[in-house]
Amino acid sequence: MSVQTFDAPRSGAQTASINWGPYLVGAGIGVLSWIVFVVVANPIGITTSMAQIAGGVIAPVVGADTVAQNAYWKTNLMKLDYGTLFLVGTFLGALASALVSRSFRIETVPSVWRERFGDSVTKRMIYAFIGGALAMYGARMAGGCTSGNGISQGLQLAVVGWTFLAVMFASGLVTTFILFRK
Amino acid sequence: MFPVSGNTALVLAVVFGAAFGWLLHRGKVTDYNTIVNQFRLRDFTVLKVMLTAIIVGGVGVLVLVNLGAAKFHVRDANMLGTIIGAAIFGVGMVLYGYCPGTGFAAIATGSVHALVGAFGMLAGAAAYAFSFAWVRDNILSVWKLGKVTLTDVSGVPPLAIFAILALVAAGLFYTVEKMRA
Repeated sequence: MSVQTFDAPRSGAQTASINWGPYLVGAGIGVLSWIVFVVVANPIGITTSMAQIAGGVIAPVVGADTVAQNAYWKTNLMKLDYGTLFLVGTFLGALASALVSRSFRIETVPSVWRERFGDSVTKRMIYAFIGGALAMYGARMAGGCTSGNGISQGLQLAVVGWTFLAVMFASGLVTTFILFRK
Repeated sequence: MFPVSGNTALVLAVVFGAAFGWLLHRGKVTDYNTIVNQFRLRDFTVLKVMLTAIIVGGVGVLVLVNLGAAKFHVRDANMLGTIIGAAIFGVGMVLYGYCPGTGFAAIATGSVHALVGAFGMLAGAAAYAFSFAWVRDNILSVWKLGKVTLTDVSGVPPLAIFAILALVAAGLFYTVEKMRA
C-alpha cells in the first residue's frame, strides 16, 4: 500500500518553522517545572481541574445536589482556582502558537488514522470520544495523566509517576499493535 | 516571597499555562500523528519531550529543594489504582490520539476530534466521580506504598538515577536515529 500524505499544510518547510525540536521543548517544560515548583508550589497538571469542571458541567443534568453530595466532587468542587486557570492558559498558549506560526487548521480525520481506518468522520469522532473518556477515567484512578503523573511526579522520581509511565506505555503499545496490525 | 498566593498566583496560572500550551504545540505533541506514531515506534518525539522534561526538570527541582527554595510534591503510590488506571489510560490515549493536556491544547490548534474527545473526557470524569466511592474502597486501598520515590525503594541516590536515565535516553535516541539513517 502506498503511503499517502493528507496533511500537506503541516509538511515541509512549514512544519520546520513551528517545530522547535523535542529536546528544546522538553527542556522548556523542565525549566517551567523549576519555576512552578518555586513560584506557586503547584506542579503542572491537567486532569484534576478537568474533573472539577466536569462536576460543574454535569450539575444541570443530574442536579446540583447530586454533584454536591458526590463522594468525589464533594472535595473537588469546580472553582476558578490555579489549576482551572492553568488550563485556560494552556488553551491560549497553544492557540497563540498556532496563530503566530499560521498552522491553525481544522482537522477532523488525521492522516495516520485515515490511512488505517478511512475517511469516516463519524467513526473518528466516536473513537475520539471513547478514547477521551477512558483516558480521563484512567488518569483519575492513577492519580494523574501524562503531565501531572508522568512528568511532574516522574521528575520527582516518585514511584507513582514511574509506575504510571511504564504501564501506560506498555498498554499503549499493545493497543496500537492490535489497532494497526494488518 | 515565594510561593505566591491569591490573585498573583491566579494571574501566573494563565501565564504558566500559556507557556505550557505554547511548548506543547511547538513540540508537535498537539498533533494526533505524533502521539500515535510514538506508540507505533515510528516517531520518538513524545519520549524525547517527556524524558528531556523529566531529566532537566528533575535535576533542577532537586537542586532547588536542596537550596530550600522549593518543596517536593510527591503523591501517594496507590499501586493497584495506578496500574489499572495507567492501563486504561494507555488504551484511551491511543484511541483519542492525545493525552488530556495535549488534547485540550490541540482543540486550540483546530482539531475537531480533540474537541469531541474532550467531551469524552468530561464523561469519563463524571463516570469516575460516580464510581469513586467504590474505587476508593476497593482499588485505591490496595497496595498502598505512600509518598515514596525510586530512591526510597532502591537506595540509589537521585542524581545517579538521573544519570542512568540520561544515558539510557541518549542510547535509545541515538540507536533510533541511526536505524532511521
